[in-house]
Amino acid sequence: MNKDKITLCEDLADIMPPEYHELVETATYGKEGRGWKDIGSSKELIEQHSLCAGCPESIAFRYILASLPAPENTVFVGSTGCTSLVFPHVAVQNIHSLFGNQNAIASGLKRTLKRRFPDVEKDVVVLAGDGATVDIGLDMTMQSWFRQEKFTTICFDNELYANTGGQESGLMQKGFVAKMAPAGKNFDKVRLPEIAREAGCHYVAMLTVSKPNRVEKAIRNAIMVAREIGPTYIQLYTPCILEIGKQSMEGLDEMKDAESIGGRFVMKEYISDQAQELLDTIAAEEKAKKKAAKEKKTVSA
Amino acid sequence: MSQYQVKAGPEAFLPPAAASMGVILPNPGECHIEGRIAPEEEGYEYAARKFLEAKVPTIFPGPLVLWNWNENATKKAKAIRALADALPARLIPMADYRPKYPKIDAEAEINPNHPNLTIWHNKIDVCIFVGVHCHQANLALKIIRGGTDCFTMAMCAQAGHEDACLSFRDATVEKIEKLMAAVNKLKKEGVKSQAVPFKQIKMTSSGRVA
Ligand SMILES: Cc1ncc(C[n+]2csc(CCOP(=O)(O)OP(=O)(O)O)c2C)c(N)n1
Ligand code: SF4
Repeated sequence: MNKDKITLCEDLADIMPPEYHELVETATYGKEGRGWKDIGSSKELIEQHSLCAGCPESIAFRYILASLPAPENTVFVGSTGCTSLVFPHVAVQNIHSLFGNQNAIASGLKRTLKRRFPDVEKDVVVLAGDGATVDIGLDMTMQSWFRQEKFTTICFDNELYANTGGQESGLMQKGFVAKMAPAGKNFDKVRLPEIAREAGCHYVAMLTVSKPNRVEKAIRNAIMVAREIGPTYIQLYTPCILEIGKQSMEGLDEMKDAESIGGRFVMKEYISDQAQELLDTIAAEEKAKKKAAKEKKTVSA
Repeated sequence: MSQYQVKAGPEAFLPPAAASMGVILPNPGECHIEGRIAPEEEGYEYAARKFLEAKVPTIFPGPLVLWNWNENATKKAKAIRALADALPARLIPMADYRPKYPKIDAEAEINPNHPNLTIWHNKIDVCIFVGVHCHQANLALKIIRGGTDCFTMAMCAQAGHEDACLSFRDATVEKIEKLMAAVNKLKKEGVKSQAVPFKQIKMTSSGRVA
């Protein structure tokens, strides 16, 4: 999808409800430097969501959608779980895949898009829960990394299977008791960020979604590196407030606790040398651009 | 076994998929009328008559003709507007497929997950879907047949819909224009539109203007 195509047919435009006019007029498609700061002031690419009230996955969705460098040229691949309930509300192309198959689907999709649109950079982004990414889909997840497929995998880590009522997942912490896992988990949380690094991901980040600027940076880095170099992985802590017995307003505190010193989700990043070089170049270019813009402003003033 | 007829409902809370009752899709150049395969030409006349006899004839344009994603979409939108003017018929968009609970403005939009709300609210007795992706059209057509007495039609760009009471296939701009020509021909022959007077809804980003 090209941003020029996100317009209405003139002959039927006047029967379209206001929200679609707004989407065409004030969404951030094609806007350079779009980011989380557009949330609340521009037409967002997600308005309603169908998650539990206060679920941190909802704010994670907002930050991710606001951070995409080119939403009009991005295709999401989702999988079954709480996240999949949100995709029908999202104004970005997306495909729902059979539970666990998301990275296999994304591999084929990315390769096909490359052939079909050789001159356009099409970003493919997988977004799935931890059950889909780390348990049932682990084979597909890792094989895509081994093969150096050029797309980003995002895992919403809520440390269990939330959508089916709270079963144990590989990313659950040791000893945790969930509604459908009453005996408590016997082994450690799978160290997927480290596995991702060893399996060939060039950019890996694990963080909570308590700080939008951090999420934005990680998403942008991951997408840029996936475009140019190879697979990237982001693991976001989006606690299931329903399962851990928190109120709607308590998700943020839970994430802040989890990322404080000694917590399970202290932010970490693994960046390959090649990826670091690319990120440095992008940062230098952005700096130069900003400087030039500033100079232009002072000259014209 | 007698042939199952795809009639206007209300049929049942869960009407059977017409395909499971032996209704087959038309071949190119054909249409189906209540499950019976017929030449396309017969379909135009039948659909035009149904529309003109209706109190609240309505066209439901879907995303494939509402969004300007290629030149053909623009042309189809033009043809649909002309058809609506010729009848006259209401234009109510199915702009996307989000399950919009409970906010849907049933007067101004239709949603595939609860299309019956729009049919009931506006008392729509004859409608046509055009530019709606097949799987969403199938869902909506079945729900409408299940819970309302609306006669449904589909101007499908693919192989047609068994679950509509009347379905064309391989929709093109020309086919929409042929339907309009059939309407104009009947009108010339003296068939009068029975539509209750209405005003087409108009909207901008700041809300409803008419
Ligand atoms: C092939 C297949 N197996 C099992 C299921 C049942 N199922 C639906 S959602 C779900 C759990 C999803 O858990 P996770 O990926 O962690 O996402 P969350 O709901 O926690 O966001 C399961 C097992 C399914 N839909 N498909
Ligand atoms: S079940 Fe948990 S993860 Fe799923 S929407 Fe509710 S709070 Fe969020």
